[in-house]
Amino acid sequence: MSSRLENRGKLLSRQNRLNFSFNGEKLWGYQGDTIASALLANGKTLVGRSFKYHRPRGIVASGVEEPNAIMGVGEGKFFQPNQRATNTLLREGMVINSQNHWPSLNYDIWSILSIFSSFFSAGFYYKIFIKPRFAWKYIYEPFIRLSAGLGKPPRDKDGDKYEQFYTHVDILIVGGGLSGLEIAQRLAVSGNEILLLEQLPYIGGRSIVDQTEIDRMSSQEWVKKVQEVLQKYPNIKMRTHTVVAGIYDHGYAIANESITNYKEGENIPKERLWRIRAKKIITATGAIEKPLVFSGNDIPGVMLASAARDYLSLYGVSVGDRTIIATNNDSAYKSAAMLLEVGLTVSLIIDVRREISGDLPRYIESLGVEIKTGAAISRVIGKKHVEAVEICNQAGEGAILSRVECDAVLMSGGWNPVVNLWSHCGGKLYWDSGKNMFVPNEQKAPIGFDGLQNVFAVGSSNGFLSDELVLRDAEQLAAALEKGTKNKSSRKRKKRVKCIIEAPTVNVVQMPQAAGEKFMQKSFLDFQNDVKVTDIRLAAREGFESVEHTKRYTTLGMATDQGKLSNIIGISILAKNLGKSIPEVGTTTFRPPYIPISLGSIGGAEKGNLFKPIRKTPMDSWHESNGAFWEPVGDWRRPYAYMRSGEDLSEAISREVKNTRMNVGLLDASTLGKILVSGKDSGKFLDLIYTNMMSSLAVGKCRYGLMCNENGFLFDDGVVVRLSENSYLCHTTTGGALNVHSWMEEWHQTEWWSLDVFITDVTEQYSQIAIVGPKARDLITQVSKADLSDQKIPFMTYKSIEVAGITSNIFRISFSGELSYELAVPANMGLKVWKALIEKGKSLNLMPYGTEALHVMRAEKGFIMIGDETDGTVIPQDLNLDWAISKKKKDYLGKRAHERPFFNNKNRKKLVGLITDKPNLVLPDGAQIIASNHEKKIYMPIGHITSTYFSPSLGHSIAMALIEGGLAHLGGRVKISLAENKFAYAKVVNPNFLDSKER
Amino acid sequence: MLIIRCHICGVFADETELQPGGEAHIKRYRSQSSTEDFSSYLFDRSNKKGIHFERWRHAYGCGKWFHVARCTETLEVFGSYSAQTLKPPKSILDKIKVIRPDFKGWKNE
Repeated sequence: MSSRLENRGKLLSRQNRLNFSFNGEKLWGYQGDTIASALLANGKTLVGRSFKYHRPRGIVASGVEEPNAIMGVGEGKFFQPNQRATNTLLREGMVINSQNHWPSLNYDIWSILSIFSSFFSAGFYYKIFIKPRFAWKYIYEPFIRLSAGLGKPPRDKDGDKYEQFYTHVDILIVGGGLSGLEIAQRLAVSGNEILLLEQLPYIGGRSIVDQTEIDRMSSQEWVKKVQEVLQKYPNIKMRTHTVVAGIYDHGYAIANESITNYKEGENIPKERLWRIRAKKIITATGAIEKPLVFSGNDIPGVMLASAARDYLSLYGVSVGDRTIIATNNDSAYKSAAMLLEVGLTVSLIIDVRREISGDLPRYIESLGVEIKTGAAISRVIGKKHVEAVEICNQAGEGAILSRVECDAVLMSGGWNPVVNLWSHCGGKLYWDSGKNMFVPNEQKAPIGFDGLQNVFAVGSSNGFLSDELVLRDAEQLAAALEKGTKNKSSRKRKKRVKCIIEAPTVNVVQMPQAAGEKFMQKSFLDFQNDVKVTDIRLAAREGFESVEHTKRYTTLGMATDQGKLSNIIGISILAKNLGKSIPEVGTTTFRPPYIPISLGSIGGAEKGNLFKPIRKTPMDSWHESNGAFWEPVGDWRRPYAYMRSGEDLSEAISREVKNTRMNVGLLDASTLGKILVSGKDSGKFLDLIYTNMMSSLAVGKCRYGLMCNENGFLFDDGVVVRLSENSYLCHTTTGGALNVHSWMEEWHQTEWWSLDVFITDVTEQYSQIAIVGPKARDLITQVSKADLSDQKIPFMTYKSIEVAGITSNIFRISFSGELSYELAVPANMGLKVWKALIEKGKSLNLMPYGTEALHVMRAEKGFIMIGDETDGTVIPQDLNLDWAISKKKKDYLGKRAHERPFFNNKNRKKLVGLITDKPNLVLPDGAQIIASNHEKKIYMPIGHITSTYFSPSLGHSIAMALIEGGLAHLGGRVKISLAENKFAYAKVVNPNFLDSKER
Repeated sequence: MLIIRCHICGVFADETELQPGGEAHIKRYRSQSSTEDFSSYLFDRSNKKGIHFERWRHAYGCGKWFHVARCTETLEVFGSYSAQTLKPPKSILDKIKVIRPDFKGWKNE
C-alpha cells in the first residue's frame, strides 16, 4: 500500500496540515498536496470505478493525463464533478467524493457488469439493443439511463466567481519546463513582450524530479537561476497553474488559470480564463509517458513509472514497499534509482529488450536489483489492489515462468510528445520511425493571417527527449526567431548537459507479443472508457480501417482525458491488427480543449445582470414606479401593461384598451427605430429600399412603408416622414432598428455607393410618446398652444410645435384607428414631457397603456405586426398590402422576386380575420386551420393563426390568420385544430374588425 | 479566430469585431431579368476551398464594408480592398500570384 515518507516532498510545506474528507472519511494532507498525492499518502489506492465495467481503478498518472482519479469536489453550490485529482490542489476542508459507483466505492453493484464484459464489446449498443422493440422502452433505455454519465451534475446554482482576462503579447510560451525557460531567457533580451504559462503549480517541469546536470549545476538549481533572471525582465510575465486549453486561428489562445488562494465562499475567483492574442506561440509542452498494455494493467497499484517518481520526489509519497517495474526504455530506471535511494525495494525490473546497455540500467544492476530482459508481464494478480505479477517471455503467448509478490507495478512504454496544441490550429504531424513517435511537421505548420508560421514546437513536444537535445532545440529556435527565418542554424556549440548514455527504446506496446484472447480481454488501452485490446481487434476485424472510425466505434480516446495515454498505443494496436504501419493508419486530430475547462470559466462574469445589458427608455423610471409589468422587446424592456392593485393582467389590458378608445391613452414609443436618411439622393435611395414610392412624398407628409429582402419577403415596416427636400425620417419596428440601419448601410456602401446619402440611427436621440384616443387633441392642447386642427395637422402629416416648452416633432399617425399623435422630443426631455402629459391628463381620464393593449388595438383594426403576421416567408401581397407596392418603379429590393410565378399563385396563404363561434374562445397562437374530409380521413393544414386576442372593444375574441386562398373564404367557416383532438370553428371575415370613425 | 485588416480604418480587427457578408462581386439582377440570372444571383455561391474573395463589415468598429481576399483552406489573408468595386484590384491579384504561383486569376480572367 502507499504511504507518506518522512523526509521527502519538494512541494510540501509540512508545517501546514490540511484536513479533508474522502467519501466521508476524515483524512489529512499537507499544503502543496494534490488530491491524488494526499489520497496516496493516506493509503487510498482505490479511487474510482471505470465507466463501462465499473472495475476498481487507482491513480495511474501524476498530471493532466490522469484517466481514473476523477472526483466530485465540494458540496452544494460549490460542487464540481469530474475534477482530476492529479492536478487539483488540496484545500482545507475539501469534501471529495469518488464517482461512478453504487452504493459505495468498495462494494459497487454495477461491477457485476464486468462479468458480462465480453457482451459489451465495441459497438455493443448497435448490436445488442436492437430487438425486441418493446425492450427499448422498458429495459434498455432505463438501464442505459441509470448507468450513463460519469460524474453527477451539480444541483445548485454555481456559487463560485469566475473572471476573464484579455491580453496581447508578442510571444506566448506554453510550458515552463527546460525548453520553455531556455527560449524565454533567450527571447526576453530583445524586448519581446512574453507570456509564459505553466500548467503545473510550479516552474521547471520534469527537470525538478528527473534531475540532470545543466551548465554545471543541478537542473533544479538551473531552473531557479533562470527564473531569477527572467524575473528581472519587465517584458516577461509568468503564470503557473494556468493550462493553455486551445490554440485557434491566427494566434488566438485560451488558457485557464486555477487561482491558488481561492477559498470557497470568499470573494476570490475560482478560475480565470485568459484570452490571448499572440503574434507567435511556442509550444514547449513536453511529453507524456506511455503505459504498457498487459493483462490487468488497470488494477489499482499499476502506475506510470514517472508518476511514481513524481509522488516520491514532490510529495514524499511511496506507492508501495515492494515494486516491480516493467519497461521498454531506460527512463523507467530513474524510478528504480529513486526508490532504492529512499530505502524501498525494487523486487524486479522487467525489460522487454533483449539486453541492457544504458548507463543507468547498468548502475541499477550493479546495485543488485534483479533485471529480467526479454521478459514481460503475463498478467497482474489482484482485485482492488495489485498482489503479485506473473512473469513470462516477451516473445510468446504468455506462459507463466514465475510469480512475484508486490505492492506496486510501475510501467513505462516510452514517451510521447504533447503535440495537441500544435494540432489545434492546423499543424500536421509525421511519424518519426526512429523515435517511434508522431512529431510536429515543420513543413506543415500553423500559419498566421500573414501566411507565416506562427506556432513553433520546441523541446520534448518537438520530439527531443534528452535534456541536451531539448536545450539545443530551444537555442536553435530562439536563434531562428531572432533572425526572422525558419531555418535553424547548425553552428557548433558546447555540450551543456552532463552526458548519460541511453539505449534506444524499442517500440513494444503489448506484453507479451502474442498475448492470447484471455489476456487481451483484460488489457486496457483507454482506462476511462474501458477500451481493451480486444475491442480494437474486433473493430479491425469488422472492417474499421480508418483510425477516425475506429475511435468512434470503440470510443477509444473519447473520454474526458481525450486519450492522452491511450491514443498512440491504440493506434499501434490498430496498425498491428490491420497489418499496416503506424503512419499508414495515421492519427486522429487533436482538438481543443487540451483539458476540460469548466463552463463557469467559459461564462466568466457574464451571468445574471451582466449577461446582457437591458436598454431602457428615458421614461423607464416612471414606468417602474407605476406598476409596469415588463416585457423584453429586442434588447429593450417595455411595459406590457400597467398593473393596478387588485387587477390581474388581462383586466389591466382590457382597462387600458377601453380607456384609450373611450378617453385617451399614452404609450412610450421611444423604442421605435428612427433612422435619418439625408442627402440629395435620399428619395431615390428610399425608393430602392421600400416597396412604396418615397421620392414622391411631399415635405411634411408621412407614408406607411414596407421593406422586403431580395427574396421578396417582408421584414420590416414603419412610417416614413419627409422632413425636408433632402431628408427623411424612417420609423422601424423596435426589434428591427439595428438591422434596418445596417441593411441600408450595406446597400448604400456595396451596391448604390454613388448615391449621395447619409444614414444615421437616431433611435436613442428621441423620446417618442403616442397620445391616442378621442381626447388626444384635448390633452395636447393642455400643454401646447399649437393649432392641432385637421386643417393644420391633417392625418399622415408632421409639424414642429412647442410642447411643454420644448420644441418637438408631432406626427399625426395612428396604429389603433383612433385619433392619434406621436410626439418626438429630445431624449433627455422625454420624462419631463411624459410627466406633464400625465399631470394634465388627469382631468381627461388619461391612462398609460402597455405593449399588449397596443397589440390588441392594432389587431382590432387588422393592422399587421412584423413577427406575428410575418415569419420570413410572407410577402406583402399575402397580407393584402398590394396598395403599398409601387407599380411605377423599375426597381426596389424584392421586386424581381415578386415577379416569380409562385408568388402570384392564388392558393398562397393570405391574411384573413376570424371570429370564433364561441365568442369567448381565444384561439391558440399558431393553431392550424384544417381542411378535412372525414370519410377519407384526410386532414390537411391549410393555414394557421398569426394573431389572437380577446377584444375588449368588441366583447368577443378575434384572430388573424394566413389561409390558402385568403379572402376567397370570406363569409365561410373554417375548422381549427386545438390540442387533444379538439376542434374550434370560426367565421372568415375582413380583418378590420373595428370600424371606428376617426383616426 | 481570424485577424482581418479593415480596409477603411486600418485596424487589424479580431473576427468578433467583424460581420461576415459572404462572397464578394455577386452581380445583382433586377426586375425582368431571366430566371437563370436571378436564381444564380440569389442562390449560387462558389463555396471555394482556396482563394476566395469575400465581403466583411467592420461592424463593431468604423461600420464600413470592405472586401477581403483570403484562402479558406489555410486561412492566409492576402489583403483587404474597397467594397466599391466590381472586381478585385490588380494590386491584390498580383500579390496573390506572387504568393500562389498557380493562381489562375479572378474567375480565370
